[in-house]
Amino acid sequence: MEAVAALTVGVLVACGVYMVLRARTFPVVLGLSLLSYAVNLFLFFTGRLVTGAPPLAGGTAPTADPLPQALVLTAIVINFGMTAFVVILSLRALGELGNDHVDGGGEKK
Amino acid sequence: MNHLLIAPLLLPATAAMLNLLLADRGTGLQRFVSFCAVVVLLPVAILLLGLAGSGAFWVYQPGNWPAPFGIVLVLDRLSALLLLVTAIVALFSLLYACNGDDLRGRDFHVLFQLLLLGVNGAFLTGDLFNLFVFFEILLIASYCLSLHGSGPERTRAGLHYVVLNLIGSSMFLIAVGILYAVAGTLNMADLAVKVAAGAPEQATLLRVSALLLLVVFGLKAALLPLHLWLPALYAKGVAPVAALFAILTKVGLYAILRTSILIFGVNGPESILSGTWLPALALLTLTAGVVGVLGSDRLRRLIAYLVVLSSGTLLAGIAQFSVPGITAALYYLPHTTLVTAGLFLLADLIARQRGRTGDHLSPAPPLEQPTKLGVLFFLGAVSAAGLPPLSGFIGKLLLLQAVAPADAVWLWIVVLAGSWAGLIALSRAGSRLFWKTEGGRPATLPAGLPRLAPAAVLLGLSVAMTVFAAPITRYAEATAIQLLQPQDYIAAVLDRGKQP
Repeated sequence: MEAVAALTVGVLVACGVYMVLRARTFPVVLGLSLLSYAVNLFLFFTGRLVTGAPPLAGGTAPTADPLPQALVLTAIVINFGMTAFVVILSLRALGELGNDHVDGGGEKK
Repeated sequence: MNHLLIAPLLLPATAAMLNLLLADRGTGLQRFVSFCAVVVLLPVAILLLGLAGSGAFWVYQPGNWPAPFGIVLVLDRLSALLLLVTAIVALFSLLYACNGDDLRGRDFHVLFQLLLLGVNGAFLTGDLFNLFVFFEILLIASYCLSLHGSGPERTRAGLHYVVLNLIGSSMFLIAVGILYAVAGTLNMADLAVKVAAGAPEQATLLRVSALLLLVVFGLKAALLPLHLWLPALYAKGVAPVAALFAILTKVGLYAILRTSILIFGVNGPESILSGTWLPALALLTLTAGVVGVLGSDRLRRLIAYLVVLSSGTLLAGIAQFSVPGITAALYYLPHTTLVTAGLFLLADLIARQRGRTGDHLSPAPPLEQPTKLGVLFFLGAVSAAGLPPLSGFIGKLLLLQAVAPADAVWLWIVVLAGSWAGLIALSRAGSRLFWKTEGGRPATLPAGLPRLAPAAVLLGLSVAMTVFAAPITRYAEATAIQLLQPQDYIAAVLDRGKQP
């Protein structure tokens, strides 16, 4: 289970980094989304992988840590807002610079 | 529990919400609300400075949850100093913006107040995840403000800034996640205890987390490989926004100073951050700043590189992790923030009187008010280049005296070369702007007092910092001593019995 979790995060980060390094805004936005998915999963996993455990301490049974879930919620909200913003900004850059290259220039069509 | 502590957060938050409601009621009312919030923020910051000046730690627990479980706000000397600098820069940027720059885009006053909320929150919070949240608040406000006024140049610079900082936020979250996985807490004081007591097999994880945080804060502070977003963004932004952004790099440096000493404990030889190259990073940033300052063809870009230069200088002081080093950095920090903010405003005044040439350093018609602007530019240039007798000189002198003998040779060479290059670049810019003119005087309007005064006061504060150098240095020294004894901070946050 741990290996699958680690692999998922790793693959998502690798794809995200690859996409962010592209020179067009659309792949960059996709890359940022992939990175944020990886981060959300990673934060979720920091509470350790347990199944079917109650999120309450005090008993003898193993408990699930509720805090990372709260952190993930915050991170998801922030990431959602930021992704929406960067999409609009990319569209505006396309409109104003006449090009979807991240530097606004790139090769002329 | 002193409720004044939450005022620096409530004031801008309330003003931002009010301004949002007043969006259809015209700018006059928005300006009034914004102005009131910033004017009240200044005495609040001074009162907080008075509270923190006693040397005590003031802990505020919203919701009354005890420290490791609830989020706390902590006021110490360092936070109070930075809150005051923020309040001053915000007041004069806002006064300048109310001359018409706030009409060049939508919702300027809302975003301005949200940026202040983020900055003040970042300085006050005692919780690492809360620091992330305040970072995001100030970042999203700064994204929108950097695009204020629109235009392709701003969009291009803004896009780079936004994408870089989104990647930075992801790294911040990963670092926070690692720390939580290892220590099981995010309260900075509690983290300090848990990290110090950490098992040896966790040392690598902690080191990864510490270095990731360093990268994230280095991006905000514009340290060398991560400084490339800054010159374009600061050079293209609307003048009052650029002036306000002078505080943003200091948020990054504050976070480096706070987390590296408090959480990761730089004092011991077994420190997690030992063997990092902070002094080398400072030198490289200084060098990049020097090259940029000498190569700038526009006044605004030159000032933006002065910000990079000052980040390097401040890091050189901080990286000593000694009382004299941090004292020097904390004296230099208010000086450089106020002076660069003033210079950004002044550059806008100059550009407005040069017609189409703007702030480009090429021959242009003479200025409408060469004497007033010239005197201000001279004041700012002397102060920024670090010539005696103004505060830049005192700050650099303190820094040079503070350097450990091992680093002394390189740091002395680079800092002095940086000052020299700044002097050359600023005098060249000054002579081109004021003396090397051609053609007749264009029919531009002279800048009135509402535009001149904010720039003049910000630059004049450099003189004030020179006159009051002794008390400011004493405060900075007390701050450095307080910072380097994190056990007091930890005791104050985790044990409520000890706080006043």
